[in-house]
Amino acid sequence: MTTYLIRQADLLGGAPTDLLVRDGVIADIGDIGSSAGAEELDATDLVALPGLVDLHTHLREPGREDAETVLTGTQAAARGGFTAVHAMANTDPVADTAGVVEQVWRLGREGGYCDVQPVGAVTVGLSGQQLAELGAMADSAAGVRVFSDDGRCVSDAVLMRRALEYVKAFDGVVAQHAQEPRLTEDAQMNEGELSGVLGLRGWPAVAEEAVIARDCLLAAHVGSRLHICHVSTAGSVEIVRWAKGRGCNVTAEVTPHHLLLTDELATTYDPVYKVNPPLRTRADVEALREGLADGTIDCVATDHAPHPSEDKACEWSAAAFGMVGLETALSVVQQTMVDTGLLDWAGVADRFSRRPAEIGRLGSQGRGLQIGAPANIVLIDPAARRPVDPGDTASLSRNTPFEGLELPGRVVHTFLRGVPTVADGKLQ
Amino acid sequence: MRRHLLSSADLTRDDALLVLDTTAEMRALADRPIKKSPALRGRTVVNLFFEDSTRTRISFEAAAKRLSADVINFAAKGSSLSKGESLKDTALTLEAMGADAVVIRHGASGAPHRLANSGWVNSSVVNAGDGTHEHPTQALLDAFTIRRHLGDIDGRRVAIVGDVLHSRVARSNALLLSTLGAEVTLVAPPTLLPVGVESWPVATSYDLDATLPKSDVVMMLRVQRERMNLSGGGFFPSAREYSRRYGLDARRMAQMPDDALVMHPGPMIRGMEISADVADSDRSVIVEQVTNGVAVRMAVLYLLLSGSSTATQETPQLATDHPETDPAEADA
Amino acid sequence: MSPAQEASPSSAQPPSSTPPGAERTVLDASDISRALTRISHEILERNKGADDLLLLGIPTRGVALAQRVAARLNSAEGVQVPVGSLDTTMYRDDLRLRPARALEHTEIPEPGVDGKTVVLVDDVLFSGRTIRAALDALNDVGRPHAVRLATLVDRGHRELPIRADFVGKNLPTSMTEKVRVLLEEHDGRDCVVIAEISQPTAGTAR
Repeated sequence: MTTYLIRQADLLGGAPTDLLVRDGVIADIGDIGSSAGAEELDATDLVALPGLVDLHTHLREPGREDAETVLTGTQAAARGGFTAVHAMANTDPVADTAGVVEQVWRLGREGGYCDVQPVGAVTVGLSGQQLAELGAMADSAAGVRVFSDDGRCVSDAVLMRRALEYVKAFDGVVAQHAQEPRLTEDAQMNEGELSGVLGLRGWPAVAEEAVIARDCLLAAHVGSRLHICHVSTAGSVEIVRWAKGRGCNVTAEVTPHHLLLTDELATTYDPVYKVNPPLRTRADVEALREGLADGTIDCVATDHAPHPSEDKACEWSAAAFGMVGLETALSVVQQTMVDTGLLDWAGVADRFSRRPAEIGRLGSQGRGLQIGAPANIVLIDPAARRPVDPGDTASLSRNTPFEGLELPGRVVHTFLRGVPTVADGKLQ
Repeated sequence: MRRHLLSSADLTRDDALLVLDTTAEMRALADRPIKKSPALRGRTVVNLFFEDSTRTRISFEAAAKRLSADVINFAAKGSSLSKGESLKDTALTLEAMGADAVVIRHGASGAPHRLANSGWVNSSVVNAGDGTHEHPTQALLDAFTIRRHLGDIDGRRVAIVGDVLHSRVARSNALLLSTLGAEVTLVAPPTLLPVGVESWPVATSYDLDATLPKSDVVMMLRVQRERMNLSGGGFFPSAREYSRRYGLDARRMAQMPDDALVMHPGPMIRGMEISADVADSDRSVIVEQVTNGVAVRMAVLYLLLSGSSTATQETPQLATDHPETDPAEADA
Repeated sequence: MSPAQEASPSSAQPPSSTPPGAERTVLDASDISRALTRISHEILERNKGADDLLLLGIPTRGVALAQRVAARLNSAEGVQVPVGSLDTTMYRDDLRLRPARALEHTEIPEPGVDGKTVVLVDDVLFSGRTIRAALDALNDVGRPHAVRLATLVDRGHRELPIRADFVGKNLPTSMTEKVRVLLEEHDGRDCVVIAEISQPTAGTAR
């Protein structure tokens, strides 16, 4: 394995420092002299962060390989600076057995671009009726710790209670997609002034907030961990803040697109902006940014949702929900949080690497840039600016809502346990 | 009015008045022995109807033919669940056929916008009704009908009654009539008014009886029963209760001012939102609305298609200058 | 005066007697009045009375002129000749060249044109295309017994085989000139003016 001597990187945005990467770990940090046999990398003016960890990705394999595969998805992840992604369970077949999660886990290892940590479904077939074999998935080679029916809400209160209780046995966590189904039947966009004008059925904020409130109370009652996927409203942030204040062991994530985009984009009727939960209002965007800054929201998670073009090149109501996001995530976070002064790079490292790894119980990830930690490192050029080109991607899908927007930052190098997956901006 | 007519919101007051004035001239054609004009000779208009609507489709067809355009009818079966192949591939086929205008009715809000803005077609797009969003030519024919009977629309008090939440006719009329200076009041049970209606340029009321004496026009909307049946999501307890509280019957009609009009975009459910005797009364202009529909659609097609409408022209301005003010036109 | 849209680079035009931009009046109010009176009498003379006459003015100013002729026919003969208007917009041969044009008002007076001697009334006869359009429009309205044309000014340069039956004033002009008729009903005063424009109006003569 090649030894790398990274020169003068701005460590977590701080002072320029050298890093020595050897045998898959960070062997030294500081002012390093030369190292025999090491390949030198000039990282002047590049920011060094620990490899990003995504708590919420859709890799689509098995079942929808026309949209994405584990290989292409992890390649996109590497290009985005990620060294680990959690692959959601809404595949076909659903990842509700040890067999399917092990298959996904293995595909990730074979690809080698990024660690793939499968998420197990909470209920069989995501149908919300019966608990899946959570224990079997936890004990499998995939070592599942995060369980989610994402795409669907675990809306049955008793079932949610049982799931919260059951996963305590193996330090698991239920990640809830908060969406009261009855209030959101056939919903298309945020319910507000615009939905009435545009004639699109509304998805009211209360449908998310009510479920979050219920689940925080449930989790506190049974003494479990709880994670809330893709928080999207100001009200949800307030509820999570309140719950944490009462000692509830709840964590929350926010997507990059919810940090930047609003429901105004629906006036174009272009389904590239159609997503679940929907884009909300300016006020919600502001509250989410503040929540991420003050730690109420623990982490950023992409909810990368690839779709083939025919699922988006149609009328709004016929289109699929979801946006790709692995390759633009860090840039959007830089634009909305770092460049606005809400969060520094150390904060980004915390929200985008340490915390998600902790929530997901990923031992080898999120350990930061410390001597002895696995060498999961990303080097970015924060000064770069580029317009987003949907075609410039390793993903099989092109449904990015950021097309044409000029975003800051560029991933230059990504190291997965000391092996470069991206070098000079190119996939290895 | 640009290359397309997608929404009433696209029409400024001047645009709307131009359409209405043009409609008046078009209507006169119907009284002639030869009911045709050559204005759109050589143009091709495609009727792209994804929803069944014989009445509207025939109206557009008649309008196009009376202007000597060629008409192609394309009845595409596409439910709101069908994938984009329906809309996109159909559009590409039409483009290959050389359509100058596509008149589209679709069950999904925003489908005409997708057609107009996707780059799949170069033709003008006319929205003949999209989902629960808009139906601009209906609003135009309603405005024309009101003007014909009551004169200037400025200051007229118009009540639009019924399932506003799901009604594209309500949306288009609320916008257009306000643009023309009317005072619009939407009357409906609270469950049938959309969230955010406070930001519309209209008043709202839950009380039909209080609104009727102050209305010059009462426009009854069809209560769309088929949209009510989302599981458990009934918008009112029963048809009987709806009719009792929001139906226009003879007793209520008597509360209206003497010259007030009764309108309905059709098709009506007699006995539900409107009683048979009201529908057939002298105040009802419901049948005339249909006649005016052809003239309005002739006006719209004329204004969109008669002039130079090459794709290179970004926003063609209507040549509203009359010949004498345009020096190049002064001499015959 | 705004210049015409298209330049005709090499048509040899007779030199005009007006400097560019300046306007000269060729008919004043009393000239116009006398011309209309003469036209009205010529119409009666040709028609041997006022029977079965029907006047249709071509918008915009042809309509006011038709009204005035009708008034004169009434004072001469004591007969109220039906008068109306005929919009030619939809029959123009140049519809596609400009953005959509607003329609003018058509009013066919009772009892209609069938069997009548229709006199079309316009302010300026130039290329003849407007009259061609008017004939096509009239054809779709009914079948007159005969159609005549009365124009206040004939400025020449016909592009079609069309001629006026009754002319107020023959006004030879060059293609670099522009003729405007102003009427009390529209412009507050009666006169006919000629102005020089900076570029010839080739291709835009109507």
